[in-house]
Amino acid sequence: MLRFLVRRTLGAVVILLFISAFTFFLFFAIPHDPALLSCGKNCTPDNLKIIHHNLGLDHPVPVQYYNFMVRIFTGYHYSAGNCPAPCFGYSFANSELVWPTLMDRLPTTLSLAAGGMAVFLLIGLATGMLAAWKRGTMVDKVFSSASLVLSSMQIYFIGPLALALLVYNNQILDQPKYVPITDNPVAWFNGLLLPWCVLSIIFTANYTRMARSTMIEQLQEEHVRTAVAKGMSGRYVFFRYAWRGSLIPIVTILGIDLGSLLGGAMITEWTFQLAGLGRLALDSVLHADLPMLMGVMLFSATMIVLFNIIVDAAYAFIDPRVRLS
Amino acid sequence: MTTLTKPVEDAAPAASGAFLSVRDLYVRFSTEDGIVKAVDGLSFDLERGKTLGIVGESGSGKSVTNLTVLGLHNPRTTEVAGEIVLDGQELTGASNRTLEKLRGDKMAMIFQDSLTALSPYYTVGRQIAEPYVKHRGVSKREGRARAIEMLEKVGIPQPKLRVDDYPHQFSGGMRQRAMIAMALVCNPDLLIADEPTTALDVTVQAQILDLLKDLQQEFGSAIILITHDLGVVSNIADDLLVMYAGKAVERGSVRQLINEPQHPYTWGLLGSMPRLMSDVTEQLTPIPGAPPSLLAPPPGCSFHTRCGFTDLVGGGRCSAERPVLPEGRGSACHLTDEQKRSVFIETIQPRLG
Repeated sequence: MLRFLVRRTLGAVVILLFISAFTFFLFFAIPHDPALLSCGKNCTPDNLKIIHHNLGLDHPVPVQYYNFMVRIFTGYHYSAGNCPAPCFGYSFANSELVWPTLMDRLPTTLSLAAGGMAVFLLIGLATGMLAAWKRGTMVDKVFSSASLVLSSMQIYFIGPLALALLVYNNQILDQPKYVPITDNPVAWFNGLLLPWCVLSIIFTANYTRMARSTMIEQLQEEHVRTAVAKGMSGRYVFFRYAWRGSLIPIVTILGIDLGSLLGGAMITEWTFQLAGLGRLALDSVLHADLPMLMGVMLFSATMIVLFNIIVDAAYAFIDPRVRLS
Repeated sequence: MTTLTKPVEDAAPAASGAFLSVRDLYVRFSTEDGIVKAVDGLSFDLERGKTLGIVGESGSGKSVTNLTVLGLHNPRTTEVAGEIVLDGQELTGASNRTLEKLRGDKMAMIFQDSLTALSPYYTVGRQIAEPYVKHRGVSKREGRARAIEMLEKVGIPQPKLRVDDYPHQFSGGMRQRAMIAMALVCNPDLLIADEPTTALDVTVQAQILDLLKDLQQEFGSAIILITHDLGVVSNIADDLLVMYAGKAVERGSVRQLINEPQHPYTWGLLGSMPRLMSDVTEQLTPIPGAPPSLLAPPPGCSFHTRCGFTDLVGGGRCSAERPVLPEGRGSACHLTDEQKRSVFIETIQPRLG
């Protein structure tokens, strides 16, 4: 297990380095000067040159990349102030330090992801398993077609629709907003309820379909038939034998989904005006805000890579064949 | 002796004394292509402590018959007609709850491929103990002790350690032994072994067959051994039933079937079996053609499309009239008894050497 973790961590570092370089160099391929952003109305070539120097944009790109990467680990003293490690520099757009901004936005994204996951796992797996259990019946047909319809929905369509219907016109739910759970748990819950539901609609549909198909597949496995042949009850066979085999594909997809959700649910955050990492990523792209963009990108990539490792480690707990070989 | 009696017309009640009595069994699957007549009017009897070998090619309905006995067919797509009576209890119309209580306790099954038939997620010991814990209502600890006892009985070395192993840590032969232990854990009266040695090395095959024989003597179970290998079955079975295209075509004791087989299909099976004593240069004689589609089985005798002796019957009877399997020892073939004997002695036996 330890060797596995070491090997995977080294692999993850390589992947992250690659992603960071790719993002960084790609940014400079865009014909757009980030210095123009802070140059203001009376922009002169001289002013621009000073800003270039202040932002460190006067160095060759590889040198900038090198400096950027080194400063993440060492920190750096800018003329404007100290930037302790992990230092991603200052935002080009609003001169805030990148890392504290990320940490400030993280709880929103974390809350959104955790609540959304609870909703889509609970409902998705339950309906999927029920559909598999009642395969071929009305229940199965209703759940299967509903999940097909829902999975072809888009958040930017259902989101505003739900807002209009449930919040603005009928005032059934609160206006979505983020209140820290430590401040007021009830307000936290009420403020995020609608985003959770909308975010999880597509995920729920996917999990319903996947739970159904893997359960049906597992129920046709020979070892499941053996369990029936030795007199185990239908329920026991379903939950002990078939469910155990379904865990691997479900955990795999869950790891990917959770990793990307923690990197920011861009469309949901934008739809409900929640200031999470997804919003931040979107804004930093629109403002050509390189340090912020790099920060968000590396953070999301780390989350995805991390959850991949967690999933692979989880296989060992689910499948003894992986554990021992 | 097992009594293999009663032709199709004479569907006798199950009270005739046989422990397992199958009467006029029809099993049909509805598929996208149509209705598959997997088992087509099969009858046989089996007594306690006896072994019945069911022989036939793939798709002859041997496995389906036995899955149906345990009620393991898919009820949505399968139509079952006829009678299956186990120890006086009718199984074809029995509720799932009734079958659940019988499965693993009174009747058990050994499957062909022990790698896929055992769950990779649970230890061998747990899988062996499960039916015992359920049917006997004992604690998990007692179940585990029983699993160790059973592993020892089927010849697994160091059963106390191996009980906590997962199936993939066992070799193929050991897995098959573990599966036998799982099937026998509740001392079932009926044990169905579906090609239990097909996936194994020849040396291990013999061990497993010996093990089955020994355990039968100890527990007194009735065994149905399904195989396509006449060599395997002639070692262990008392009686044989040869199946072709969902029907029984010949039955009798092992001695009768090996020494004086009557049906051209049985001749074909014997001819395609390698023999240790025969000359190395001697060629095996395969049965020409392939088994017929069970979606639309040929009219008359279903073997007539592959049979080399239809001319002897003449008059197109083979393709028009379905031959009846007579009571007891006999075969479903239009050849007269005299023809069967003479053809076997003159043409078939010399080839078998």
